[in-house]
Order: sequence, then structure tokens, then C-alpha cells
Amino acid sequence: MKPIPGWADVILIPLVSVVLAALCAAVLVLAIDENPVEAMKLMIDGTLFRSAGWGFMLYYTTNFIFTGLAVSIAFHAALFNIGGEGQAMLGGLGVALVCLFIPWPHWTLAIIGASVGAMVFGAIWAAIPAYLQAKRGSHIVITTIMFNFIAAALLNYLLVNTLKPVGSMDPATASFPAGTHLPTFQDMAALVGFDGMFRGSPANVSFFLAIIACVALWALIWRTRLGYQIRALGHSPSAAQYAGISPAKIIVVTMLISGGLAGMMAVNTTQGEAERLILNFTEGAGFLGIAVALMGRSHPFGVFLAALLFGFLFQGGAELGFWTSIPRELILVIQALVILFVGALDNMVRMMVGQVFGLIGYKEAA
Amino acid sequence: MTFFDLLQLLDSAFRLATPLLLACLAGLFSERAGIFDIGLEGKMLASAFLSAAVAAITGSVWIGLLAGIGASVLMSLIHGLASITFRGNQIISGVAINFLAAGLTVVISQSWFGQGGRTPQLSGAGRFEPIPWPGALPSRELADAGPAMQLYSELLSGHTIWVYLAVPIVFASWWVLFRTRLGLRLRAVGENPAAVDTAGISVVGLRYTAVIICGVLCGIAGAYLATALQAGFVKDMTAGRGFIALAALIFAKWRPWAALNACLLFGFLQAFALRPDLIEKLLTVKVQVQLLDALPYILTVVILAGLVGKADPPKAGGQPYVKEN
Repeated sequence: MKPIPGWADVILIPLVSVVLAALCAAVLVLAIDENPVEAMKLMIDGTLFRSAGWGFMLYYTTNFIFTGLAVSIAFHAALFNIGGEGQAMLGGLGVALVCLFIPWPHWTLAIIGASVGAMVFGAIWAAIPAYLQAKRGSHIVITTIMFNFIAAALLNYLLVNTLKPVGSMDPATASFPAGTHLPTFQDMAALVGFDGMFRGSPANVSFFLAIIACVALWALIWRTRLGYQIRALGHSPSAAQYAGISPAKIIVVTMLISGGLAGMMAVNTTQGEAERLILNFTEGAGFLGIAVALMGRSHPFGVFLAALLFGFLFQGGAELGFWTSIPRELILVIQALVILFVGALDNMVRMMVGQVFGLIGYKEAA
Repeated sequence: MTFFDLLQLLDSAFRLATPLLLACLAGLFSERAGIFDIGLEGKMLASAFLSAAVAAITGSVWIGLLAGIGASVLMSLIHGLASITFRGNQIISGVAINFLAAGLTVVISQSWFGQGGRTPQLSGAGRFEPIPWPGALPSRELADAGPAMQLYSELLSGHTIWVYLAVPIVFASWWVLFRTRLGLRLRAVGENPAAVDTAGISVVGLRYTAVIICGVLCGIAGAYLATALQAGFVKDMTAGRGFIALAALIFAKWRPWAALNACLLFGFLQAFALRPDLIEKLLTVKVQVQLLDALPYILTVVILAGLVGKADPPKAGGQPYVKEN
């Protein structure tokens, strides 16, 4: 394979992959007799040219930052946490228990409590696969997949039998008390005099928690001893072990952080938006974290950008479903193509980019 | 629970185990050759859609089946391209295939039929019909019949062709994998591809053969769902069956006859979950349906944890093969 410069590896490869994915999606849109240019225009108009569009986009972005970071930290330790979906579901359970059974005087306290609940429950759900990988060598990909389904069954059971208010038909908890309700972007805009901005959109203060999480994770990975140990294990388990790092300990700790981050997504959806725990509230965001982490090259800043892109696509897809005959499942196709090109066909894209650099006479510095 | 209840339960378990078994054997071929495949679900879904769509358009279930197999094999080839030719991550490729199928099936079916991601109802030659055995009585006349007649009419008679073919297909899979030269080579390429390469046999060729066999079997499994078990495609109709098949494969420790047992067990659990009234009658306690849904996954984790025997995957599984220079 021809060499490519470092910056191209970080920036160009994801960009080329996204363009390839977009081209494939455009062909699909053409094939179903719709106009891809019109569709793109509709997505941009509906998302970027109205404040409510931004409000929806940033709401989705918040979810994807948390789940993307969850997958990223695991990637740094060469672990594939495919269980973000299940960990987020358990995170929702943690949020619901904290919000329902503790009388919170003010949202500023409630969000701290709910975050702790989300992280602890998400981490617990990641802990069992982590332990099995560390101590018994059970493949973490398979166990985390299995735990997604077990989580779905558990949540279903609890919502249908235990947590549902008496007399309700809906598989959901009661609404959380007012003391736990988070300020939305609409509330915050009104506070500084912009009445009507972000009207009706679900973005809320947990977006800022996601930003904090990005910075904190960056610091953890590149500025702490634990981060060094995680990366060392990811690069070479045997070297890490010789350096006195316990692989079992690092695997478990990394997965606890990963599960906790995935669980945090529920603060945004369950406490911030629905204000009660509902079935299927994760809507595949746990899986989308894989695409986000791959595209963001497992770097928190990259994850932030990739989460913005997917937030845009999600809101844009909803616009398409609303205004055209293109179903919003088109977004699933784009998501799949991005995962395919950035993740699985990475070497193919790299080869293509390498060919281009070869043509312009690029040689690796000796 | 009466004898007749039990027969009904087993009857439904056979129907439900069949797609699991076909997908499980599909995974067996792929994983034995060293290609992990978590995309069984997506391949089944792609085939379920295209088989039902083509059967609805042409009126022939067999043409539908071929189309379904084609869709599934196409997905397999994408997986092969990513994980064999370009040596990409097999797990990531599998994830992509699952999403690709989940999205494409809805987008295309909406465009073709405009029924919110469904295909039209299939009937007659558009479906695999149950095959009644000579002299079998219909279900409603069976309540007063003798146990032998009940067994014959309810359990043995009246399945679609794939239920009857399931055991022969297990036998064929076992025979190919363990009694033929191709099978030996497929297994070798999953354990030690370098040795196969040294013997002058193409690792790439063998692995592509394995993923194509996997595609064909997943294609049959998907077509069975949409044209035999149900009468048409609905969005997300595989409902996790590809993952249950994957669980069954691990539960069976990558062996064909054990796969049959695992799929029968998981099919029985699914059949049981459909009849909560029987569970109460039998166990005299209310067993939660959700527990039955989760049981295949819980059992698989237990197996994986090595608490009951050890499940060792093929040694070279998941690793792309890089030729020595």
C-alpha cells in the first residue's frame, strides 16, 4: 500500500468515506425516483435554517457524543463495546429510579443525581461482559450483544410489570416530578431575551454535559496514567503486561467508563426530553456510537464533529420522512455506508487515497 | 397441560426453530472458515424482503426464493470484500450489513409498494404451503382423536417443505464439513490459514466459498420467514433471529448436530413464549414472557463464561489473513 501523510490519515480518509457514503445514498435516492439534490436541500433547510432544527439536531448530537465516546474509550483499549444500546437502556433505568424516588428540590441537584444513576447502572451492565472478557476470555463482542437483548427484556419486564403506574396501559413509568425537569434551549434562550428561539425542540442542558465529557475524556486518555495504561494495553497487551500493567484491571476499568458514558445518554433522553422512562427510548443511538467513534477516529474532538454530522442526518432524515416519500430509514442506509467505508473498507479508501498521493509524487519522509 | 397441548407446542417449536437452524448453519460455515459473522440478521432480513417482493410480483415462491438468496449472497460478498479482500474488521462489517439491510428493505419496499415498509400479502403459489400428509385430520377435528392420530396429524403432517428439509440440511452440512476435502480445507482455513496457504491452496478462495455458502443458507432462512412462516415482509421481521442463531452457534460450540439441538431448544423457548397460558398450566406459576425471550442470550453468556463446558471458537476466527512475503 502506498504511504499517505499523517494529516490525510486523520482528516482525508473520514472525509472521503463520507463522500463515498453520500454518493451511494444519492444513487439510492435516484433509484427510488426522488431527487437527491432536492432531498439534501430539504435536509439543510429543515435543520440548519431554523432554530428548532438546531434544537433537534443538538438533542440527537448529545446522545451520539455520549455513545460515541463510550465506543471510543473501549477502542483505545482494543475492546469492541457493541453493547452501548443495552448500557444506555440500563442508564435510563438508573435515571428513572433517581428521578422518581428521590424528591429533588432543584434541577441542578437532580441532574447530578441522575448522572450518577445513569453512570452507575450503565457501568454495572458493562461490568459483567468486562469481567468475563478479563477473567474467562469470553469474547466481549458476543457477550455485549447478548447483554443488549437481555437489557431490552429486563426493561420490558420492569416497565410492563413493576414501574408502570397503576391503571396505565402505556409501558412507561410515571412522569418525573417538576423538580427534576431540565431547562431546554428554549428556556435558556427565553431567559436571555430570545423568546421563541428553539421552540418545541428537545435540546437541553445535558448538551453541555456532553461537551464536558469530551474534554474530560480527552484529558483522561492523553493526560493521565490510567489513559496511558489504556492506550498501552490497546497497542500491545504483552508490552503492557511487561510494563507492570494488569490487563484484567484495565479491561474492567475501561469498560466501566465506557458503560457509564453510554448510560449518560439517558440523562438527555429520559430526564431531559421524555421526563419519564419509555420503552425503546435509545432508538439505536447506542449502535450509532460505533459509526461516530469510527468516523471520529476515537478522538473526543473527532467524536464531537461526527456526532454533529449524525445529529444533522437524524434531524434531516426526519424532515425527509415528513415532507417527501423517502422514509427516514434512509438514514440507516447512510449510517451503514459510513460504518462500511470508514470502518470495514478502511483499507480500500486508504488505498485509493494512497494512489492519489502516489500520483502527485508523495514519498514518506525517511 | 394435555398431550395435545404439548404436540401443539412442539409443532410450533419446529416451525420457529427452522429459520434459526438455517441461519445457524450459515454462521457455522462462515465462522469455521475464520470469518466471524454478526451480519446473519441483516442477510436474513434482505432475503426476507426480496423473496416476498419478488414472490408478490411474479406469483412464484421459487423465483422469490432465488431472489432472496441473491440478496443475501450480495450482502455476503460485501462482507467478503471488506473482511477478506481488504482485510477489514469483520465485526464492523457485520454491523454495517445489519444496518444496511434494515434501511434498504424499508426504503425500497416503500418505493415499490408504498405500504409503509410492507410487501403485499402472499397467497397460493406465492407462498410455501403446508404439506398435509395422507389421512391427516385438520386441527379442529383433533381434540377427540386418539394420541397416535394427534401426533401424526398435528406434529408430523402439515409443515412447509423447509421444516422437513431441516434435518437433511444439518446432515449435509455435517457431511460437507467433516467428510469431504472441501470441508477439511474450510475448517483448516479457520484454524491455521498459513498452513493451508503453504499447501498451495487459496485462502481467499476458500473463505469466499464459505461466505457464499453462508449467504445461500441465510437467504433460505430469510425467505422462509417471509414466504412460509408469514405471508409477506414487514419491517424488521427478523426480530433478532439472526442473533439468536449466532447464540445457538456458540451454544453448540460450532458443531452441526449440536446446532440442531440448540436451535430446537431456542425454538421451543420461542414457542413457549407465544403460549403464556400453557406455561401457567404446566408450572403452576406465572413465568414472565420476557424471561423466555432473554433465556437464549442468558444461556449463551453462561456457556461463554465457561461455567458449563468451554466454547472455543475457531482459532483464526476474526483475523484477516496476510500472506507472508
